[in-house]
Amino acid sequence: MALLEIDNLSVTFDGEDGPVHAVNDLSLSIDRGQTLGIVGESGSGKSQTAFAVMGLLAPNGRTSGSVRFDGQEILGIGHKGMNQLRARRIAMIFQDPMTSLNPYMRISDQMAEVLTLHKGMSKRDAVAESVRMLDAVRIPAASERIRLYPHEFSGGMRQRVMIAMSLLCRPDLLIADEPTTALDVTVQAQIMELLNDLQREFGMATVLITHDLGVVAGFCERVVVMYGGRVMEKAPVDPLFAQPTHPYTRGLLGAVPRVDDEDAIMTAIPGNPPNMAGAPEGCPFRPRCAYAALDCSVMPPLVSFDGDRARACHRPIAEVAA
Amino acid sequence: MSTLLSVRDLRVTFPITRAGDMPWTAPRPLRAVNGVSFDLEPGQTLGVVGESGCGKSTMARGLINMVPATGQVLWEGKTDLIPLSPRAMKPYRAQIQMIFQDPLASLNPRMTVGRIIAEPLLTHRPDLSAEDRRKRVDAMMERVGLLPQMINRYPHEFSGGQCQRIGIARALVVEPKLLICDEPVSALDVSIQAQVVDLLKELQRDLGLAMIFIAHDLSVVKNISHDVMVLYLGRVMEKAPRRTLYADPQHPYTQALLSAVPVPDPVIERAKGIIPLDGDMPSPMAPPSGCVFRTRCPRAQADCAQIVPSVQGGDHVVACLHPGPVQEAETV
Repeated sequence: MALLEIDNLSVTFDGEDGPVHAVNDLSLSIDRGQTLGIVGESGSGKSQTAFAVMGLLAPNGRTSGSVRFDGQEILGIGHKGMNQLRARRIAMIFQDPMTSLNPYMRISDQMAEVLTLHKGMSKRDAVAESVRMLDAVRIPAASERIRLYPHEFSGGMRQRVMIAMSLLCRPDLLIADEPTTALDVTVQAQIMELLNDLQREFGMATVLITHDLGVVAGFCERVVVMYGGRVMEKAPVDPLFAQPTHPYTRGLLGAVPRVDDEDAIMTAIPGNPPNMAGAPEGCPFRPRCAYAALDCSVMPPLVSFDGDRARACHRPIAEVAA
Repeated sequence: MSTLLSVRDLRVTFPITRAGDMPWTAPRPLRAVNGVSFDLEPGQTLGVVGESGCGKSTMARGLINMVPATGQVLWEGKTDLIPLSPRAMKPYRAQIQMIFQDPLASLNPRMTVGRIIAEPLLTHRPDLSAEDRRKRVDAMMERVGLLPQMINRYPHEFSGGQCQRIGIARALVVEPKLLICDEPVSALDVSIQAQVVDLLKELQRDLGLAMIFIAHDLSVVKNISHDVMVLYLGRVMEKAPRRTLYADPQHPYTQALLSAVPVPDPVIERAKGIIPLDGDMPSPMAPPSGCVFRTRCPRAQADCAQIVPSVQGGDHVVACLHPGPVQEAETV
């Protein structure tokens, strides 16, 4: 049984100008100990998918479909039910560590709160455990620095604190939403290496949400590529990069600047990012797709091939991959 | 052709008064930019890279007198821009334009696109008639890939990439010779980044623009620059023609930066070694003695604490006492 199984998840926001479909008909699953990357640009619905799983959608958000965690349906179980799972079984880290930490609380209080609340530990034990976790994320002099406030840490250190906090209850699933986007490359490399080590050490399943294909290449076993609220392509990481079969995946890989290849050129994808408020019928990538034809006004189904791959495109693989 | 911009020993120092200092306590200097020198030829792009806080944006602001700087910024071999008064600087402002990181924040939300792009003309070309102005704005919009019928729309109606195009149009409408781009694509989606980089390259080719392209993303800089300069704590660590810098970096900091950039290829990415830089950049209020990079350098030795490495050199400048290719032991 998969640890997390999402079936036909849709997320809709009621806006002033009618509903906005942020996520459409998304299905994915992740097993214990696996790493899954969700790749997409702004408006792809990658973060809203995570928020829907965590029960953190804005009040005007509606969901349909099914999200099962360890066999239990968790979509719409309410805050009380979710609080049983959050931190203890599923934890999340966010892009901006400064705004996700409470600036008025010492790190020790913020971290200990997690353990006293979810595990019923005494304050003293909770702080001791927090120091151990700060050690695990390699914060030097953890027992002294735990008494500091968030602003006294650098960006990379704050993200380490966030990671330590999310791992306090040893969750089965960690959702990392753009954990390194706000950081410098050298710090990003440190944090990704840390996540890699911790993932192996604690054996938690990890969903990494990012726009950076390079980060995905180094960290994930499987990848879901999203665009305009829909899944374009799903595959294990190696074949996805070696032989992308969806025009959007191909376009995205071509548009990434590369530092390692002397002659690689960036090829832009023409057009603008999807406007989710007035999304066109059919395939959301259609307005920017070089292979678009009349039949693309109907959304192609996600069709499996090669065993564990899937793609949503009307054009045959041979035509796109040529 | 003569050198467009010749910068010698540019320094920007901010006086910092700390909380708790007495009124008579002398403020302490924060050296944001510390002795930067380079030459820029017409039609060339200088890429400037470094981590946040390395002084790359402050350097750009120092060049155009937006922050008080010392040193020499020689424009077309004739005029030093540093001592100029704001009034004397004005004609040069038309020739040096700038575009910024956050495209939406750098546009006035209450102006239409047409007015935003026309505004530099009102300042720098008051002689133009309204009709001429409108013609130039139309032509410029088309040049950067905006439809002329969008002229009466407001910035919030545009996507990030389109806003950056508006910023580029506003900068180029006065026909500058130098465009300073401060992180112009880091707020944009990957698929849009390439569009803006392509546009900048095309404009450079057609208009003979010189560019200073500031970015933290080494792979974007590689795509657009002729020369690349690496800054750390306000100092130049390495400067070289693009090909040399990326293929044969000599400074351990450049090597560490390059090794940290993730490569979108799982086979390469998993196999490649990273030169880990421990800790964070030191505070620019209290930079290390000698070489400022030595506290995080895998190659640091005793002499690095005593001697400030010189930034002399020809095409390929390396400010390091122990330069050389990456050594096996440095990567993990």
